Amino acid sequence: MTILLDPTAESNPTSRERLARPDRLEGLTVALLDISKPRGDVFLDRLDERLSGMGIAVKRYMKPTVAKPAPLAIYQQIALEAHVVIEGLAD
Amino acid sequence: MDRSETRPHTPPMLNTLPRDGLVAVVKRDCPTCTLTAPVLAELAAQGGLVVYTQDDPGFPESVAERIDDTALDVSHRLGIEIVPTLIRFQDGQDVGRTYGWDRAAWERISGFQGIGAALPAFRPGCGAKNVEPGVLEKLKIRFGETGLTARHIELGDDEDAFEAMFERGWSDGLPVVPPTQERVLRMLNGTARDPAEVIGLCPPNLIPATVEKIAINAVMAGCKPEYLPVVLAAVEAVLDPAFAMHGVLATTMFVGPVVVVNGPVRRQIGMNAKGNALGQGNRANATIGRAVQLVIRNIGGGRPQEVDRATLGNPGKYTYCFAEDEEGSCWEPLSTDFGIPRGVSAVTVFAGFGLQGVVDQKSRTPESLTRSMAGSLRAIHNPRLYPACDAMLVVCPEHERTFRQAGWTKQRVLAELQALTAVPADPLLRGVDGIAEGLPPTMAGKTVHKFRPDGLMIVRAGGGAGMFSGIIGGWAMPGPTGSLPVSKEVRA
Repeated sequence: MTILLDPTAESNPTSRERLARPDRLEGLTVALLDISKPRGDVFLDRLDERLSGMGIAVKRYMKPTVAKPAPLAIYQQIALEAHVVIEGLAD
Repeated sequence: MDRSETRPHTPPMLNTLPRDGLVAVVKRDCPTCTLTAPVLAELAAQGGLVVYTQDDPGFPESVAERIDDTALDVSHRLGIEIVPTLIRFQDGQDVGRTYGWDRAAWERISGFQGIGAALPAFRPGCGAKNVEPGVLEKLKIRFGETGLTARHIELGDDEDAFEAMFERGWSDGLPVVPPTQERVLRMLNGTARDPAEVIGLCPPNLIPATVEKIAINAVMAGCKPEYLPVVLAAVEAVLDPAFAMHGVLATTMFVGPVVVVNGPVRRQIGMNAKGNALGQGNRANATIGRAVQLVIRNIGGGRPQEVDRATLGNPGKYTYCFAEDEEGSCWEPLSTDFGIPRGVSAVTVFAGFGLQGVVDQKSRTPESLTRSMAGSLRAIHNPRLYPACDAMLVVCPEHERTFRQAGWTKQRVLAELQALTAVPADPLLRGVDGIAEGLPPTMAGKTVHKFRPDGLMIVRAGGGAGMFSGIIGGWAMPGPTGSLPVSKEVRA
């Protein structure tokens, strides 16, 4: 019998269920996260305009650099201040 | 996956050890053991001597009470390193031992004077069989003394180890060497570092990368134990937050870690810095770079089309590692640019891709050659994109000769190249020449730089013939907010 040593982390990354999507946005705060990708602001500005026009509260957030994961403080701030988050993922 | 615990193994042979008396461990293959055979006979005649033989159960013929330890269980338990070893036991405890033939020491341990009168006073012993390379690892496994903590994966008798590893997703697409306990223990002999030491947090899953887990992946990559310190330094470098390995992995761009090795370790492990340095054919070059990639894949969980979002990737993501030809260079090694003194072994990692050739067979002055090289450098990513990325210029010997003869330092070459890659923005604006890609209109009238001030590196490598240098382009996110090149010292 051959015994091999496991080269992996021996753990599966935690997969967490997403929160259920809200039926409506009225009364909720929507976070718009700009990850600092070029033209992400164009997309998010338009969403901001549309959502604000519908009377929905919008808050804006921004990652300092697209090259690195978001700092923990931004995650926590969004979790505290908003109910829904939309991020501009690509160029 | 199966789990199995390593069970400590107590061989019945240990019951043959005397509570009080003398023990000798010998092998026929050792001239000093054969020399001492008459002495062993003398001591045996006095009673209270047990002789364990490591290779030939018939040796020494002169002693009746000899025990076959060809399985080496007793030798291992007694920690024998040299044969012959003579040990005095008292109340079951080892109260004194000597090795080799040293009459005075043998007289003291045995309590008998005048033994071996016909022998010289001293003869060194030989290495014991139980500590021979390959044997010690097997004994540690048999006795459950490996100290390794990785999960055991048992393969069925009819299971092909290579196929099993492919199926488990451990491979980069090429066959990997099965990481058996023996191989991993031998690999760990390449470093004095504790297998439990954490080298860094490995993205994307931010898993603590231990020396043991890295050694397992180094085995799979095909490394020899003496490469392990270089692999560990390279892993330490890519896991340095300044390198931003998560981003380098997750980007849609082409890049992966490029590993450049400096210092004495290059020659100690036989790396290639000369002909075809960036190509195939050298085990150390090939497997060190591959080990780094396997660490990211297996420990960190970074896989193509998962967190690795590369659009095309590049062949260097199998392995991208080479040594600088310091001996042939008129310049200081790359590692010194990062503060590591010359003569100290070090690795530098750079988020790079591919190789863009710089073909110039006509320039014989440094002015001409730098202009020529700058033209190629301006083309990285797209001739219209400024700034582009960091870049590594790999200067071949015949190009370096031109700089050497003119007395140009590396700093001079870098300064000239920076100047020659700073250009007016206007011809590069979006839409000019009917090309949409380019600089934004706000840049009109300005001078733009292809590289940030520290964004160019020079390495000397390659074969003696051919005026062909190379450019390793980088990620479009250079510098402190993206990926910085990182150097780490290679530690034993």
